[in-house]
Amino acid sequence: MLIELIVNGRRRTAENVRAGESLLYVLREHLGLRGSKDACEQGECGSCSVYLNGDLVCACLVSAGQADGAEVVTVEGLSDGESLHPIQQAYVSEGAVQCGFCTPGLIVATHCLLDASSDPSDEEIREALAGNLCRCTGYEKIVSAVRLAATETAAG
Amino acid sequence: MGPRQQLDTKVRDRTTHARGVGTSPPRPDAPLKVLGRFAYASDLHIDGMLWGATVRSPHPRARILGVDIGQALAIRGVATVLTAEDVPGHRFYGIKVADQPVLAAHEVRYVGEPVAIVAADHPETARRAVEAVTVEYEVQAPLTDPESSLAGDGDPIDPGGNVARHVRIRHGDVAAARSRAEIVIEAEYRSGVQDPAFLGPEAGLAVPDGSGGIDLYVAAQWIHDDRRQVAAALGLDPGMVRLTLSGVGGAFGGREDLSVHIHACMLALRMGRPVKMSYNREESFVGHVHRHPSRIRVELGARRDGTLVYSKVRLLLDGGAYTSTSQIVIANASYFAAGAYAVDHVEIDGYAVYTNNPPRGAMRGFGAVQACYAIESAMDRLAGELDMDAVELRIRNAIQAGDLLPTGQVIDGPAPTRELLDHLRSLPLPPKRPAAGEDLRRLPGGVGNTTHGEAVVRGVGYALGMKAIGFSGGVDDISTARVSVSVAGGRPVAEVYSAASECGQGIVAVQAQIVRTELGIDSVTVRPADTDIGDAGSSAASRQTWMTGGAVEGACHGVRERILERAARRLGCSPRDLALTPHGVTVPGKGEALVGLADILGHDTIEHTFVYHHRPTEPIDDVRGQGNAHIAFAYAAHRAVVDVDTELGLVRVVELATAQDVGRAMNPQAVEGQIEGGSAQGLGLALLEEVQVEDGFVKNASFTDYLVPTILDMPPMNVRLFEFPHPDSPYGLNGVGEPPTLSSTPAIVNALRNATGLDLPRVPVRPTDLIASLKSDGSPC
Repeated sequence: MLIELIVNGRRRTAENVRAGESLLYVLREHLGLRGSKDACEQGECGSCSVYLNGDLVCACLVSAGQADGAEVVTVEGLSDGESLHPIQQAYVSEGAVQCGFCTPGLIVATHCLLDASSDPSDEEIREALAGNLCRCTGYEKIVSAVRLAATETAAG
Repeated sequence: MGPRQQLDTKVRDRTTHARGVGTSPPRPDAPLKVLGRFAYASDLHIDGMLWGATVRSPHPRARILGVDIGQALAIRGVATVLTAEDVPGHRFYGIKVADQPVLAAHEVRYVGEPVAIVAADHPETARRAVEAVTVEYEVQAPLTDPESSLAGDGDPIDPGGNVARHVRIRHGDVAAARSRAEIVIEAEYRSGVQDPAFLGPEAGLAVPDGSGGIDLYVAAQWIHDDRRQVAAALGLDPGMVRLTLSGVGGAFGGREDLSVHIHACMLALRMGRPVKMSYNREESFVGHVHRHPSRIRVELGARRDGTLVYSKVRLLLDGGAYTSTSQIVIANASYFAAGAYAVDHVEIDGYAVYTNNPPRGAMRGFGAVQACYAIESAMDRLAGELDMDAVELRIRNAIQAGDLLPTGQVIDGPAPTRELLDHLRSLPLPPKRPAAGEDLRRLPGGVGNTTHGEAVVRGVGYALGMKAIGFSGGVDDISTARVSVSVAGGRPVAEVYSAASECGQGIVAVQAQIVRTELGIDSVTVRPADTDIGDAGSSAASRQTWMTGGAVEGACHGVRERILERAARRLGCSPRDLALTPHGVTVPGKGEALVGLADILGHDTIEHTFVYHHRPTEPIDDVRGQGNAHIAFAYAAHRAVVDVDTELGLVRVVELATAQDVGRAMNPQAVEGQIEGGSAQGLGLALLEEVQVEDGFVKNASFTDYLVPTILDMPPMNVRLFEFPHPDSPYGLNGVGEPPTLSSTPAIVNALRNATGLDLPRVPVRPTDLIASLKSDGSPC
């Protein structure tokens, strides 16, 4: 089937999409947007977190057909292409990135959190990011990065 | 003079650089990673590539009577199906022992063993082809209990017998010491199967070079040893097989063994087209090795004052169906089975056995995790019997520099065990829970709203861990690095060529920091790792910063020498009268540069290659297990504070504090990251993580059913780095990656014991284990 989407503000078309393919597969293999990661295919790890019509979802759980006509924002759409988004910068400077496989999903989830709550408590941060697994960091520096990003966003 | 000052005098020749050794500059790979542009192995793509997939055994033990690939080949889009007959070279491979079939020919020994491989135009077509391959099996009774395997029940799994290795260590005279012990405790501790659970799945892209050779882009821990194994299986000269490290989404030991490597290359060479393979999560659970499950019996004898008199430990690790690294994992578990304690009389017997369970091998801590869990549990039990403070008991017996290990080796280098424990003991405890009105999210069960504080009890636990750093037992381990310096845009720039595998730990950043410190050059690029560069060894055994750090440092010294020779010729003096600073070549002690680095280099490139060796070691002997097997030791300790809901068996770790001697924090932020992440994996083993294997079948091969700690499971951490410089290492550094996984688990379980008074002999501790009124299967007593 043919699928039309608006991805990161641009109209995109994917051809020859099979019925069994997910939004994640379409993003990665048809559109070449491999920032959203494929780690569990069950919506458990959050590595493929994207916005679908403004909602935070796991792209692996959305079938390609469901996403037809939708507006999608991926990690690639958060920065302006020249400089890092303040959330991305905070992850870099706080050392919240190790292997980095979970990072794109966490960045999108953090973006969603800070959109809803500009000054979240530690409990709110942990609750909001509970759907994103990280195997490397123990999350300590991720919490620091979110705190820093909240401060920077408020200041900016 | 303090240890820090001693080090400073040793390194007086080095420059200080704002982004050099001891600082935490941003990782060079971090911007690409946060943007989603970093290419992990599973992101690789090339036009015209095929997708590979693997046919795996559904039986834990069976004879293969026949394989029919006809139906699979008939599917439109399927390019080829290969079986054992198609393996071009050696049909068996392995990191230490080549006993694992590239593709099973006559028998399968575990559920998930590869039998055939397919290549197709789409991953879904490849999966359908996998289902269409018909393998006729004669199913046999599996041997899945390690005790039965050790006892020799049933037909042996390996022709050489079921014991992969027996490690025997005898130190002093335990039989005689027994009579001097005033208190004796005996206990058995068990640990379950932990999965490395790296998030980036096993993946690789194999590209034929058109002249019979192959390029493989793959996520790995040691590309040179991988190449050795791949080339042998392909029947190719190693020079025709080139491996390039692609982005590694975590490793933790699980990428020491091969996964997609040989299969992707076989398919690509057969088809003359690029082939990509990428496991999904379910396949990943059998696509790499797990941490060995253990049964460890500990007998400790002590005097009433708490002095340990003897230790007797028997370890049994279930190695699964093939050898992998079992023989050295059991050695490592046995070396440290008596813990970080000085004991004059020790008897250790460690066994790793084959079963028809999935293969077990390397995982962060490499056997020392299981040993530390057992001995640290036993130490708390002994403290209870003695009615003695558990930290006091540890400090009384803690190993010190000059003491002997059970293997007879003298502990050299810093051994600040008492400092670590003293620090943790001195930390204030987190505040008590309020009697009412506590935020639900701070209680066991959290937002599940399972308690408002009733039936919740608090406990505190400690543990101390030690393990060897680097390869032990007589291996002449090396790392190679080349550093080149030239001028670009009027400024000096440096490049580092190293095959060290960046798995997320930060080795790329550290290499650049070393160059800045040694040469004063700000702009440093670490080139991608491939096998055209010299061998850097494995990102394993907490060795990479030590070994490759030493290689980069050595290469920098060679470059500096040549720069100073050039400058001396130009200035008409001796190189010994000159020094290299960030500003150029100077006379030592005088600030102003005589000549700038760009001026000296001109259009030339100066480079130097250095091969770093650590000090020689020797294997332990077969009779008494004695020998100087190790280059260095590292120590960590944890204090855990837990809240337990005794009605529901739910746990919240309130705080995890840790202290670790890191020798020199090369990059403090990255070092903390290692310690926090390692502690989280220890928490997982204590409370959540277990690959459940029944009769050889993995029952929970998904992240829905295998529980990796989430951000809600992790408490705030309190990390204290101690920097006692190691005398033998570059910059005084010590390995840091593995030690935090040792003491985290037993500290948490000791806290649970402290809270509940239960024995809790097994990890992970399940909710039903924590409810005193329930039996271990969850049924009422």
